[in-house]
Amino acid sequence: MLGLVMSYQGKPISSQPLKITVLKEDLRVDGRGCEDYRCVDVETDVVSNTSGSARVKLGHTDILVGVKAEMGTPKLEKPNEGYLEFFVDCSANATPEFEGRGGDDLGTEIANTLYRIFNNKSSVDLKSLCISPREHCWILYVDVLLLECGGNLFDAISIAVKAALFNTRIPRVRVLEDEEGSKDIELSDDPYDCIRLSVENVPCIVTLCKIGYRHVVDATLQEEACSLASLLVSVTSKGVVTCMRKVGKGSLDPESIFEMMETGKRVGKVLHTSLQNILHKEESLGTKRQKVGFLG
Amino acid sequence: MAMEMRLPVARKPLSESLGRESKKHLVVPGDTITTDTGFMRGHGTYMGEEKLIASVAGSVERVNKLICVKALKTRYNGEVGDIVVGRITEVQQKRWKVETNSRLDSVLLLSSMNLPGGELRRRSAEDELAMRGFLQEGDLISGVLVQVSPSLVKRQKTHFHDLPCGASVILGNNGFIWIYPTPEHKEEDAGGFIANLEPVSLADREVISRLRNCIVSLVTQRMMLYDTSILYCYEASLPHPIKDILKPEIMEEIVLETRQRLLEQEG
Repeated sequence: MLGLVMSYQGKPISSQPLKITVLKEDLRVDGRGCEDYRCVDVETDVVSNTSGSARVKLGHTDILVGVKAEMGTPKLEKPNEGYLEFFVDCSANATPEFEGRGGDDLGTEIANTLYRIFNNKSSVDLKSLCISPREHCWILYVDVLLLECGGNLFDAISIAVKAALFNTRIPRVRVLEDEEGSKDIELSDDPYDCIRLSVENVPCIVTLCKIGYRHVVDATLQEEACSLASLLVSVTSKGVVTCMRKVGKGSLDPESIFEMMETGKRVGKVLHTSLQNILHKEESLGTKRQKVGFLG
Repeated sequence: MAMEMRLPVARKPLSESLGRESKKHLVVPGDTITTDTGFMRGHGTYMGEEKLIASVAGSVERVNKLICVKALKTRYNGEVGDIVVGRITEVQQKRWKVETNSRLDSVLLLSSMNLPGGELRRRSAEDELAMRGFLQEGDLISGVLVQVSPSLVKRQKTHFHDLPCGASVILGNNGFIWIYPTPEHKEEDAGGFIANLEPVSLADREVISRLRNCIVSLVTQRMMLYDTSILYCYEASLPHPIKDILKPEIMEEIVLETRQRLLEQEG
């Protein structure tokens, strides 16, 4: 592993890192291998006035996702389905670059990526969100809040979105039609009577950063700054790739892309299994679970 | 490949695990330290309304009649004789701009560099043009930089340590810690100028990674950094694989063992 004295074309560098890792052997600076993730902390149901929420901490990256279910009219081209709306807020607490409008670009980029990976028939069963065709449906507003930036944002955000959707409880409603033909929506009396979404096919993003001749999974901020090109692969729990995107100034040749995609699929399957296990474990603890929240 | 997900666990307050007998007098800006006017004001205090008030958040230190407040987390304030590790950010005429985690960027003059050909020679125009030959944008040097808070680096006689595990460490007073493989032989005739561009072996890299993780775990548990504490922490971490050192429970275990060994050594 080698250190790096850097400035870019004589201009002063603000936050670029000091080290580059030559990954000939499978050892990164913090001792991880190229396909190892940092320790992830997942907690759901942290925000009380949402339909579902989750908080994910991946090293120094801290993400909070809240899902709110509201009733609205379905889109014209899909009258039998509800839909999801994503909004990403890069908080100024995360890094000073996000002050004012600085975080808007990154926020829109992340939101567009989330729209793309959910833009297929099988990720979320949108038909179950329909109340009455062409008139009423559930709209799930998914709000992502970036609390701290420690590298590998996309992965952490996708894990948090999946956990929040798993935690979402949508109240059960019935449509009553009376004699005049006017419809009335009745909310069930029992507050615990809810429908839950199946998140089996919700994809997660795996970011693979190319550093030197190899690629790494779960890059820290410093490793990300050393990598000129990365590949974002969105993978479902069965290993199916739903979407792929290349970021960065550098180029990738087709063989590397293929290798990175295979790594992404492999890593993605393990990611999904771990996430499902932890979510089921948390749910099985029920009321015995000690809520840590934000003051722990 | 390894992937570990877990439920978060509430953090235990550090003072419980330490069992310290004397509590430190902690203050925040605006707190009254004392109403006794017989004391001299030191750093981090000011006199207002007949009382001594703290201006930074930290612990109160008292030496006879002098009261000062030592801040827990602050930018580096340099003192004469300190060793600092810096990062070059700009190349200018006859000097380099260096980032040292202080309020302003530091300046490294060409005339203060150890150049080949001996130490005591006049720096000529050729040296200025050749500045990029010594340190240029994109140069690779072997080692790892760890950035910590300056208040955690203990002041000692020497800050250059060759640890017996095979790596060397420079503990900068400004909180920058440089870990690098120990050079096998020191070249004295080049006037102190070292140019070593060989790739580092895997064994050395593992030692350096382990040291880096140990330093990060000591910092997370707010322990002072000096050669003995780093070495004890390294030895306590040997039974664990390198990447596991950063897991919260293993980190606590290692640092607890280090703390116990240090207490035994003192007592």
